[in-house]
Amino acid sequence: MLAAVGAGSTEDFYADIPASLRLNRPLDLPAPLVAEQDLVRHVEGELNHNVSTKERLSFLGFGTYNHFVPAVVDEVINRSEFLTAYAGEPYEDHGRFQALFQYQSLMAELLNMEVVNVPTYDGFQATATALSMAGRITGRRGVVVCSDVLPDKVSRVDDFVRPNLDLTFVPTIDGTAHVEAIIALLGADTAAVWVETPSCTGAVETAIRQLADAAHAVGAILVVGTDPIGYGALTPPADQGADIVCGDIQALGLHQWFGGAHGGFIAVHDDPRFVMEMPSRLFGLASTDVAGEYGFGDVAYDRTSFALREEGKEWVGTAAALWGIAAGVYLALMGPQGMAELAETILARTTYAQARLGALAGVTLNDNALHLREFVIDLSATGVDSRTVVDRLRPLAIDPGVVVGEYELLVCVTEMTTQHDIDRLTDAIASATASSTTQEKSA
Amino acid sequence: MTRSIGLLINPVAGIGGPAGLKGSDGIVVQATARERGARQNARERALLALQVLATRHPAAEIITADGAMGADAVRLSGLRPQVVYRPAGAAATTGADTTAATAALVDAGASLILFVGGDGTARDVAAGLGAEQPVVGVPAGVKMYSSCFAVSPAAAGALAAQWAEGALPLEQREILDVDEDQIREGRVDPRLFAMVPVPFIAGRTQSRKSATPASDAAAVRVAAAGAIARMTPGWLYLLGPGGTMMEVARQLGVPKTPLGVDVVRFEGAAGNACTLLLADASEKQLLELIATFTRARPTESTLRIRAVVTVIGGQGFLLGRGNQQISGRVIEALGTDPLLVVATEGKLANLAGRPLLVDTGSRDVDLRLSGHISVITGARSSGVYPVTAPQ
Amino acid sequence: MSLPIAPKPAQRRFHQARWDEPIIFELTNPGERGVLVSQVESGIRDAVGDVLADLPAGMRRASPPALPEMAQMRVLRHYLRLSQENLGADLNVDVGQGTCTMKYAPKVNDALIRTTKLVDLHPMQNEADVQGVLGLIWNLERMLAEISGMHSVSLHTSGGSTAIWTNISMIRAFHEANGEGDQRTEVVTTIFSHPSNAATAKAAGYKVITLYPDADGYPDVEALRAVIGPQTAAIMITNPEDTGIFNPGVTEWVSLAHSVGALASYDQANANGILGITRARDAGFDVCHFNIHKTFGTPHACGGPGSGANAVSEQLEPFLPGPVITKNGDHFALDSDRPNSIGKVAPFYGVIPNLVRAYSWIMALGGEGLRAVAETAVLNNNYLMKKILEIPGASAPYATGRRRIEQVRYSWEELFQETGITSEEIGVRASDFGMHYWTSHHPYIVPQPFTLEPTESYSMAELDEYAAVLAEVAREARETPEIVRTAPHNQTVHHIHHDDLDDPERWAITWRGYQRKYFGA
Repeated sequence: MLAAVGAGSTEDFYADIPASLRLNRPLDLPAPLVAEQDLVRHVEGELNHNVSTKERLSFLGFGTYNHFVPAVVDEVINRSEFLTAYAGEPYEDHGRFQALFQYQSLMAELLNMEVVNVPTYDGFQATATALSMAGRITGRRGVVVCSDVLPDKVSRVDDFVRPNLDLTFVPTIDGTAHVEAIIALLGADTAAVWVETPSCTGAVETAIRQLADAAHAVGAILVVGTDPIGYGALTPPADQGADIVCGDIQALGLHQWFGGAHGGFIAVHDDPRFVMEMPSRLFGLASTDVAGEYGFGDVAYDRTSFALREEGKEWVGTAAALWGIAAGVYLALMGPQGMAELAETILARTTYAQARLGALAGVTLNDNALHLREFVIDLSATGVDSRTVVDRLRPLAIDPGVVVGEYELLVCVTEMTTQHDIDRLTDAIASATASSTTQEKSA
Repeated sequence: MTRSIGLLINPVAGIGGPAGLKGSDGIVVQATARERGARQNARERALLALQVLATRHPAAEIITADGAMGADAVRLSGLRPQVVYRPAGAAATTGADTTAATAALVDAGASLILFVGGDGTARDVAAGLGAEQPVVGVPAGVKMYSSCFAVSPAAAGALAAQWAEGALPLEQREILDVDEDQIREGRVDPRLFAMVPVPFIAGRTQSRKSATPASDAAAVRVAAAGAIARMTPGWLYLLGPGGTMMEVARQLGVPKTPLGVDVVRFEGAAGNACTLLLADASEKQLLELIATFTRARPTESTLRIRAVVTVIGGQGFLLGRGNQQISGRVIEALGTDPLLVVATEGKLANLAGRPLLVDTGSRDVDLRLSGHISVITGARSSGVYPVTAPQ
Repeated sequence: MSLPIAPKPAQRRFHQARWDEPIIFELTNPGERGVLVSQVESGIRDAVGDVLADLPAGMRRASPPALPEMAQMRVLRHYLRLSQENLGADLNVDVGQGTCTMKYAPKVNDALIRTTKLVDLHPMQNEADVQGVLGLIWNLERMLAEISGMHSVSLHTSGGSTAIWTNISMIRAFHEANGEGDQRTEVVTTIFSHPSNAATAKAAGYKVITLYPDADGYPDVEALRAVIGPQTAAIMITNPEDTGIFNPGVTEWVSLAHSVGALASYDQANANGILGITRARDAGFDVCHFNIHKTFGTPHACGGPGSGANAVSEQLEPFLPGPVITKNGDHFALDSDRPNSIGKVAPFYGVIPNLVRAYSWIMALGGEGLRAVAETAVLNNNYLMKKILEIPGASAPYATGRRRIEQVRYSWEELFQETGITSEEIGVRASDFGMHYWTSHHPYIVPQPFTLEPTESYSMAELDEYAAVLAEVAREARETPEIVRTAPHNQTVHHIHHDDLDDPERWAITWRGYQRKYFGA
């Protein structure tokens, strides 16, 4: 090959790189494991130092959730054809266009909205983008944050939107939005009212309709950040007046992956004012030269990365398409009945866990809101701080939740958490806090 | 095929080029060219385009003029001519024939005029067009300053074939022409004669994986918006000619003379309000306006007037081609920061590294503008590009 | 016909799978279930009652979502058929998707990540339970620091563009920390750098100034000199650029940026040809990013998840996204106490499956192996360039006659002038032979462009096959142009009509949108 191109050595190809920039030594990297079996042994050995949630009883949530992933989901997304496809045209890559169009369509049914994007990186980015869209649509800077949002999510959103938007936080009351305080803040500079439901403490917002009406009255946009896991049985935000609904799809068929498998969705009504501000790709149906053939293409591609009024509508890039396909397969497997039952199971077990833990001596629930999947317990009356409880449960192979305050513990239950698991947790926390309390609560 | 194509050939287009005559306008030049042994190549160029059309639409009927002005070439390509115009003189056709034939093609219902020729032909065709009549040029002339030509005869044929099947997007392109007597005297001073809608193929595939505008039209919109974003309320702007400047005027909500320099006052605030002060201004009017405006504000150090110009034609001229009203004297009167230059990234890229050109008639001004100039490509984006004054 | 079988023809008689699958909603069969859900235990029901009936007013969904109802095997069969209608990198000579580095993603790495020790790990687990994965990421960071010459690395981002965003976000935080946030309002890039550099800088609030190549195709340093100043926050450039041309004056570019107090940011999306050859920090850059899914061999996954790496100098280390992994003896920990950090760029610590794949990919190669990757990729590229330039009508504008690094942006301009066939039409026809093909980012700076990047993964015979396909399509463009114009002929579907996609009245972005607009449902 060198001879074919008239080169003496591969050095010839680097003629444009000045000698001063050349690295004249090998990279200082670990000795290679060239035999595949040695590589496998090494990497498996490293990973075996981990102790997975399957080896423990986990009540951890806070952004990544342990939901069941049907085997068919993994079977589909591990197919070579999906796993290694990339940017072909909708001729040779027809399948990925259809799979992602179906993902959009299945999510649209769950959310009761007509437009859903091909997934962006994660729920953080989806929310940052949704708020930016609201800013562009309204030409305003103000965002009123109504709910308790994951601190990491606030960090990401703020870093992204701060050239264009100013966030104002209104403390929640009893876990959910302080409606009167929020309404008092709305005005001609309000671009968006941002509701998060379930909030980062699992509280479900029940005042979306009021907030939507108030936002619309001042020409602002209601943005709802959410996890769609409950909408088989809960009213989706669109039915309560939401203009943009966004969030993460990890719960829909993706494993926990140490927090490394997230995808973001943004949903809007089929209103060109909103659609044209979406920076993500949207796959649409198209006819072909042959009757009865479904073709696909990018809807209004000119809008991506380019605003109608101004530039800088973010960008499109490699994001999370395969996770979108996974979520689509998941929703197809679950069907309407499955999603409804799933919501009921999670809701019932959350309620049960709240009841059991809240009944422990010295343990109270942080608020009286409706909760889905997560809730915060307050241990202060036990005199045992939350970190100590976590430490005391470690030898029992139980991770009771995420420490979110000195005496506050965020507990997460999913359909993977059985009644028996919840009873075990209750007993363990009771024991861990018993030394400091002497009396049982009256029923 | 659902839409009809009109074909018009200027049989003598390009005849003067090989003969070293720098153009083919006028009977005397054409005769001289023939005396020098020139051969007519317009028909061959037309055939290259028609063959592409014929492959795609073998049964198509082409609305055209008689003989060498179209019908001969149509028959040679295997297509059927529908002759709607016969030139008056038997031997040589004239510019008047081109104009009259164009009008006849339009009257006969041609939805796209495919003409074969150069800048002179384009100018004559433009004179016979109705408003908003789409055209595309098959390049066959000597002078090719205009941007209404396809890149090759085959490309023009492909465009016509696709047009025949359904709508293509249109964009406003320029028809420029120089007075050939001037070129033969060693001067190149093209004028902008018309803006005409020209179809373009938006792309067989959608451009994916890209963070830039997917069409030239979108890029023009963004660049024009960028120019407006840099305007200051209360200032006057001299809007030069060109397609990008028409988009600027459209976004500002003011009428624009396609070929002229129009003066507006940017009011700013809501909806980028704007007042038209002077349409199609001459150099003299511009100088008077600048003088008046300056006298009214004796205490201000900055002159609140700028000229807004775009790249004219394919040669990369900023000043001195088609916008001669914005002369060296006008530039001088505008002070130290006279220009807002606006163009798409694509237009700059098409120069393939060749510099932008200024030829204002004042060597001093040209040299002062030389160097690197900022070119507005969007509200938050610009390019920096070299400018030189041709010798 | 009988044995022996005739020799294969010169061109592969490819045909893509064509299952003619309905949209999944058309497959619904009421009552069918794909997977059953864990039911509420009677003990819980006794304790909490009917939780749905007890929902506050208006909170219970009126009717279930109109998802399809399908048995499991029918869902599986539908999606497996769709999977076959893709031309993944595992299936084709995937050299046509230039700038994307479509190299082989080794299967062993896919197998390694599927352990429950990774799949079922929660990011909030006790550090003691996640030492394996933390150590592995820490080591990957150190390896990428060595490869880039930089001080520190963060692996939190999930794609290339978001990694570029992280670069500009750190630069913005750096200037703000120095009290120069308001002063430095401009970012300078080049037209042949990846457009995400301009896009992310604009999204971060900067004005972007783009420089054009000189007539030789190299970035114009005089233009840079003319434009930088105390208002410049950074230069953000790709090198080699998307033309495959290495900017030999890159050190001067970086020095010029530093001379006005600006930072130099290096888009290393095109790093595959320079691994172990030259390093970002050695040219003076302050920050760079890698696309893990390009250079370090993780699969492209239909368009993500990818994975990004941000590598920075010691000066910028405090601004890295948090938390960072620290090593104390044999113990790895997460440090979130970083006041200058730009904060979070993604939910937790990056796209873990891809980070483990990339770790494994580097561990299989080592330092010498990475250099061999680069040299092989560059040899493949220059060999393919020779084959392509032998095709009449193809050219490689800019820096004519020079070698290229890992890819080339070619042009079909001559062929287009001759035939009226566009590069896009050639690409669609090339797919009929089972080959991918890509043109370029917009605007097309090279007319009728196509960009090929052969990587290290393909053999000479495979490169010959790819070049032969393009030669064949170019021949068709001259001799039988209608075959090219009416392509595709061998694909899942035929020529797609785009018009409906751009009209709000007619576009159909979801099945329910399609039903409402066209069937009044």
